[in-house]
Amino acid sequence: MTTLSREETDALIAEVLEVYPEKAQKDRAKHLATNDQTVEQSKKCITSNRKSLPGVMTIRGCAYAGSKGVVWGPIKDMIHISHGPVGCGQYSRAGRRNYYVGTTGVDTFGTMNFTSDFQEKDIVFGGDKKLAKLIEEVEQLFPLHKGISVQSECPIGLIGDDIESVSKKAAAAIDKPVVPVRCEGFRGVSQSLGHHIANDAIRDWVLDKRDGAAFESTPYDVAIIGDYNIGGDAWATRILLEEMGLRVVAQWSGDGTIAEMMNTPKVKLNLLHCYRSMNYISRHMEEKYGIPYLEYNFFGPTKIIESLRKIAAFFDDSVKEKTEAVIARYKPMMDEIIAKYKPRLEGKKVMLYVGGLRPRHVIGAYEDLGMEVIGTGYEFGHNDDYDRTIKEMGDATLLYDDVTGFELEEFVKRLKPDMVGSGIKEKYIFQKMGIPLRQMHSWDYSGPYHGYDGFAIFARDMDIALSNPTFKNLTPPWKKVAAEEVKKAA
Amino acid sequence: MANIMIQQGEKGGLVFYLPKRDLEASIESIEFDTPEKWGGELKLDNGGTYYIDPIAKPPRLPISLRAKRLGAAED
Ligand code: SF4
Repeated sequence: MTTLSREETDALIAEVLEVYPEKAQKDRAKHLATNDQTVEQSKKCITSNRKSLPGVMTIRGCAYAGSKGVVWGPIKDMIHISHGPVGCGQYSRAGRRNYYVGTTGVDTFGTMNFTSDFQEKDIVFGGDKKLAKLIEEVEQLFPLHKGISVQSECPIGLIGDDIESVSKKAAAAIDKPVVPVRCEGFRGVSQSLGHHIANDAIRDWVLDKRDGAAFESTPYDVAIIGDYNIGGDAWATRILLEEMGLRVVAQWSGDGTIAEMMNTPKVKLNLLHCYRSMNYISRHMEEKYGIPYLEYNFFGPTKIIESLRKIAAFFDDSVKEKTEAVIARYKPMMDEIIAKYKPRLEGKKVMLYVGGLRPRHVIGAYEDLGMEVIGTGYEFGHNDDYDRTIKEMGDATLLYDDVTGFELEEFVKRLKPDMVGSGIKEKYIFQKMGIPLRQMHSWDYSGPYHGYDGFAIFARDMDIALSNPTFKNLTPPWKKVAAEEVKKAA
Repeated sequence: MANIMIQQGEKGGLVFYLPKRDLEASIESIEFDTPEKWGGELKLDNGGTYYIDPIAKPPRLPISLRAKRLGAAED
């Protein structure tokens, strides 16, 4: 499939929108755009962070998912209570593969689900007593936990429970932090507001608790912010930073602990990977503690090298020297991978539809393999995400915000990419259409993809997906014969 | 009145941030920009204008302030 021109892309968008009623058409048109690299401000061409239309298939999540699932969940030595009915927590339990080290159920609790399991009577009479009792039980059964967070599900806000006062009392009783988080699912238009609420809760209840406490710091202290260690991503990142001579004080929040978070105000530089979910706390630390933050990208050698140098520029010459040594050391390994996979993958086209940082961050990694990203979009991005995306994407490529199931299917049918990178909800639709799909949320149960080690795995995985012989055999033999006859006759 | 944050932009200049609406925009002009008097009317690159009470130039950015909206951005 050849790349479309600007007019063709515009026409494609108009054509796909035709099936909608007029009002929906007008609304959806604002969320679809043809990329124009000359635009400085994304809001001129694309609208984002708006309520999804009723009736369309969106794949967004809720604020609870953003707080419990993304930001708080990976903090391994805390117990995160899904406060409300059992389903919200149980159906999302352990699904995100935030790896961690520890003994689950003894000193770490990442993959477990704690819930207050609301029944009708709790809705009618309130669940505060139940929550207090639950915290008591948690303390008895899991004495090694380092704190509790109360993640509100929808009903808590609806019935007006006072989880703050319960939390305060409980915190005094067990002498550990108990953090109430008001992340009821109905708040906001997507999981994005959940990230914000979770950041604010960390700011108010955790971040400043060790201010003034003694801490042996070095000039090379940094924190990894917004890396959820999916498939071991944060570890792959940490290896590189340590090789540069930096000391990683905290991981937010993949394989992270509450103590690390409390120590973060002592670092010299915050390294921000997922801008969308943790820019709030980074801004706060910059203002309150004067810690600058720096956005980096550890996908694919080109971006890694760029980011490593950008980080090193903050430190003295010894770090800069070590950084150059790191880059030089990994170069042969990278050259080997690119030499092996580029000839197999060159010229292949990819369409992405993910959340957080990936719709723009992984573009470089694909380009390192000679592949091209012809369409990208965010589930819950904001204007500032698209601002950062426009420059990364080629001219006249397709941008889609909160794309609906129908639109994405149509776009894929028309643009015929060689591969789609999205989530589990899209996977089988596209595979049945004969297009390989890699899940770019969970790395399709593979990973890590960050760092040099991650790129090796990334390249291999893309090759596996694209070279899978299955996709050549999607037409059954009897239909193949018919197709050939038609061809002959023609 | 809204809570806003003003920070140093990556490529120089000032960046305006409105947390409530998650709006990030660069500041095109600031009415007063001297060490003693800093603030006043802020013109944003998205067409919006805000007003902050002039203060002594803050020694360190970012800084959180209260701002009044004068003209809305086209959004
Ligand atoms: S929207 Fe409400 S009920 Fe649904 S998963 Fe989120 S918190 Fe639970």
